[in-house]
Amino acid sequence: MTVTWQTLADALSLGGIYALMAVGIGLVFGVLRLVNFAYGQLIMAGAYAIAYASVWGWPSWAGILLCFGVVLALSVLLDRLVFRPLRTHSPAVMLVATFAIAFLLQSIAVLSFGQLGTVASTLGPLNQPWDIGGVEIRKIAIVSIVIAAVCLALLQLLLTRTSVGLQMRAAAMDFRTARMLGVRANRVIGGAVLISGLLAAISAFMLTARNPQVTPIFALDDTIIVLAGVVLGGLNRPIPATLGGFTIGFASGILGGGLPTNQSQYLPTFLFGAVILVLLVRPNGLFARGGSEERL
Amino acid sequence: MTALALDGLRVRYGAVDAVRGLSLEVRPGEIVGLIGPNGAGKSSTLNAVMGSAPVVGGEIRLGGASLRGRRPEDVARAGIALVPEGRRIFAELSVEENLRLGLAARRTPGGIESVLDFFPVVAEFRHRPAGALSGGQQQQLAIARALVAEPDVLLLDEPSLGLAPRLVDVVFDALAAIRERGVAVLLVEQRAQRTVALADRTHVLSNGELRLTLGPEDADDTEKLVAAYFA
Repeated sequence: MTVTWQTLADALSLGGIYALMAVGIGLVFGVLRLVNFAYGQLIMAGAYAIAYASVWGWPSWAGILLCFGVVLALSVLLDRLVFRPLRTHSPAVMLVATFAIAFLLQSIAVLSFGQLGTVASTLGPLNQPWDIGGVEIRKIAIVSIVIAAVCLALLQLLLTRTSVGLQMRAAAMDFRTARMLGVRANRVIGGAVLISGLLAAISAFMLTARNPQVTPIFALDDTIIVLAGVVLGGLNRPIPATLGGFTIGFASGILGGGLPTNQSQYLPTFLFGAVILVLLVRPNGLFARGGSEERL
Repeated sequence: MTALALDGLRVRYGAVDAVRGLSLEVRPGEIVGLIGPNGAGKSSTLNAVMGSAPVVGGEIRLGGASLRGRRPEDVARAGIALVPEGRRIFAELSVEENLRLGLAARRTPGGIESVLDFFPVVAEFRHRPAGALSGGQQQQLAIARALVAEPDVLLLDEPSLGLAPRLVDVVFDALAAIRERGVAVLLVEQRAQRTVALADRTHVLSNGELRLTLGPEDADDTEKLVAAYFA
């Protein structure tokens, strides 16, 4: 297996995107104890927005704006129509509800846009290489790394330096006590869902730039890998979840770029095998503190 | 004027009546104790006031306004603070961050400085993780966090539980000082004699019902206390 500079840059880029997706999933899990399986479909909807803006001849910035509008609107609708009415029900009910939303959005995409997909051609220039010291690296790799780093730094500032961030962290640890202290449940959950949606929109833009062919199953594989990464890092806290997402994204990028073409079909096997091994040794996650929780 | 009034409060979990028609009042600058054996309905009463236990009858009023059916965060923002059983501090957050969370329910602008003077230990360790504090220090933090909100009514659920006698003294001295500030305090405790001695009135609950009311003069009457407890 050989690792080139381009492979390394792609791996860092994929790690950054997966880290953003992981923190988006982790934030909602923190306040709702819900794994949102419809997260990938939010990204798919954003990708379609960019693709159709491209088909209609809109400039790329307008397509990106449309992507943010669609994903944020869907996130708010998801919170108001599904999460909020079902919040007091068991986690299993909410989990099944997110499965239903995922299939619903995917089916809507199939019926509306067909199975074959649409190409987001306006983001094509981002796949052109930049010459950095004689090494050619795709622009989107650099852009993704920078955007992910900036987003994660801003998120860290939000979580540690603002009152709403402090309330989100407290709610993730013990929501009942946080509410007794006056922390508004709707504000914290709404904020987490909105930030999660924002990160889904950013991820949609970057994934679409990497792979402009948008189909109804766009980002589905990525979301499954990120979910494994979130569990790998530690589901309960945003920072371990983010690190888990980055780790699995980076590993996926290195393996994907380094494996010979005739062995690339084994990539998921390697990834999930590694996740299982890590969780056997550290059941609470690779980056989570504390001992394992007794289940039986 | 009454700060907190319960009138015929009834709390039920499924088919089990936890509190049966409890009525009591707490005025500003007053400590009212609630004692009784385990399962008497003491904690259920506090949880009902905070909006986190199922109230099936009666009324809960704060300064004359009904609180029944309101969400916990709205009750907190209306002026009632709870120091929960087991402290329930956020161990991974710093002491200062725990205190800042208390500001969520504060109705007037202000910071956490007022309670730092009140609890020097909390001030000393303000930048440490709250989980690194001792049990007594965590209890002081839990009380300080509640006071940051400047509540009209302070509810405490067994604040001396698991503390060494010296630290129990610290907690009870703090409660006496809080009373001096004009806060209405409803104190649930297992240490009956200490509670009766400190409180302006102490209600004895048994099986969800109010059985007896004691005054500070009854604190040294051990026979009366024992009889009230096991009535």
